[in-house]
Amino acid sequence: MAAAPHHVTASPAPGSADQPVIEVHDLRMRYGSTDVLKGVTFRAERGEVLALLGPNGAGKTTTIEILEGFRMRSAGQVNVLGSDPAHGDERWRARLGVVLQSWRDHGKWRVAELLEHFGRYYRPYSTAEISRPRGTAELLDIVGLAEHANKQVRTLSGGQRRRLDVAIGIVGRPELLFLDEPTAGFDPEARRDFHDLVHRLADLEDTTVLLTTHDLDEAEKLADRILILAGGRIVADGSADQLSRQVSRKTEIRWTRGGQRFVHSADDGTAFVRELFAQYGEEIGDLEVRRATLEDVYMAMVHRHESGVAGDDEPGFGGENR
Amino acid sequence: MNTMLFALRLGLLRGWAEFRQTLTILSELGSYLLNSVIFVAVLLFMDGNEMENTALFGTGITQATLAMPGVLATMLVFGGIVSMAQLLSTDREDGTLLRAKALPRGTQGYLVGKVVSVSLITLLSMLVILVPAVLLIDGFQFTVQGSLTLLWVTALGLLATLPAGAILGSLFTNPRAIVGVLVLLLMGLMMVSGIFFPISMLPEWLHWVAQVFPIYWLGLGMRSGLLPDTAVVEEIGESWRTLETVGVLGAWALVGLLLAPIVLRRMARRESGSSLEERRHKAMQRIG
Repeated sequence: MAAAPHHVTASPAPGSADQPVIEVHDLRMRYGSTDVLKGVTFRAERGEVLALLGPNGAGKTTTIEILEGFRMRSAGQVNVLGSDPAHGDERWRARLGVVLQSWRDHGKWRVAELLEHFGRYYRPYSTAEISRPRGTAELLDIVGLAEHANKQVRTLSGGQRRRLDVAIGIVGRPELLFLDEPTAGFDPEARRDFHDLVHRLADLEDTTVLLTTHDLDEAEKLADRILILAGGRIVADGSADQLSRQVSRKTEIRWTRGGQRFVHSADDGTAFVRELFAQYGEEIGDLEVRRATLEDVYMAMVHRHESGVAGDDEPGFGGENR
Repeated sequence: MNTMLFALRLGLLRGWAEFRQTLTILSELGSYLLNSVIFVAVLLFMDGNEMENTALFGTGITQATLAMPGVLATMLVFGGIVSMAQLLSTDREDGTLLRAKALPRGTQGYLVGKVVSVSLITLLSMLVILVPAVLLIDGFQFTVQGSLTLLWVTALGLLATLPAGAILGSLFTNPRAIVGVLVLLLMGLMMVSGIFFPISMLPEWLHWVAQVFPIYWLGLGMRSGLLPDTAVVEEIGESWRTLETVGVLGAWALVGLLLAPIVLRRMARRESGSSLEERRHKAMQRIG
């Protein structure tokens, strides 16, 4: 796992000494008379992996597109790698990586030829610290497309195309990588390879990663920090562990004794189990101790927000974590 | 390093790569050159037909000789406007443009590439007509001056049509609709622009319509480069009107080059993953 945000002692990158890589404050987006984002606030430090979760239509993609500089916001402050994305120049663009969901573009190009061509765009932006672009052979190797290097893009399978999307996203050795539902359509093996890749980028190259996903298991495995976007706001912000504590301090304990099943919720699970054993010793069997899972957290947070319990003017859980 | 020049160089590379891909994919090449082949067949069919009832009767200029330069002009307009508009709009629909936008100076590189590849394929489609026509059809006149005329008319023609094609391609989102509408319009213009028969045979008000658009002037310019001066008798004012040709084509080029960056920038700015997703859905519904 990447270093926890508070322990980052990053060597200063050009123009971003100790600044957070992403800083979003009170971001608002309105389409016509519909408010999609009603004041999103969060930040990401260098080398952090952030997962943005939320129901469909919550504004995940809108948020990412604003940060990528592909969409103009209605209001709020946004700073990405030291620039406002709305006015990001080409040097700024060269420090970002965007993994797009491809469809059928560049079908006639050969895989290696396309990576080589896209890589050239980054050459003028190579610095002493970061050599750009990443070599084509290395890229093909990282995403496991080496044996398909000379295939035309249109002949690739869906999963291979997604690997190519990822390769294109990291060809410029980005300092910040955006991944919008990166593993949709991946088989389990491709998914595991992809997770290894994200860890590698974050750990070895200090790349900051912001990804959206519907796969809670994936978010828990990949992310240092999870953001839940619901009702146009960040309603939760923290590690999977922190979030589960926010939802419920209780631990669920299940066991059997004398052929009977028992379930108990305790504030301090460890103390309860210690007592349980002290009292019954070897009579206890089939013990399970379980804190709320990320899925429980997610359901609780989203439900709480959608049923309006959190109220429209409350900042949500995001603020408590600051 | 000047990164703008760098992007230009990448655009040239990109255009060349796209052109090469078109050449190596048979179905692709076929669809581009089919029109040329049909036109050559039509010209050969017309060869030997004298220009009856016109001042060109008995001058050695046949219907095929007179039509060939106009057919070159038509191919140029098809390439510069229809292909450009279609490809731009297709690239927008399938995400090629968005992908370019995510690269530093990617949009510029993309556009230069598109101009290069469309120009090359257009020139190729013209050569496929020019070479067999010159070998098989009598009555052309070749001079150094005439060849130079052919070159500058072609160059100015590309400048006049490519920006217009790019603008049309950015204004309309459905590539299939664009092609349909533009092909119909061009067919109509071809009829009134003196391509297959002298414009002098048409009522005068149609002359004015024809003279607004580049296709008439391109045809005139090509004829001035390929036909002997005796052929000028059936032109408006019995003159090749070189200055007017430069003026009108130049005006199209100028307006196009002024407007295209504004329209293209507006179009590129709107590209995002979600707008792409929307179009993908629409396209899937059309197919499915």
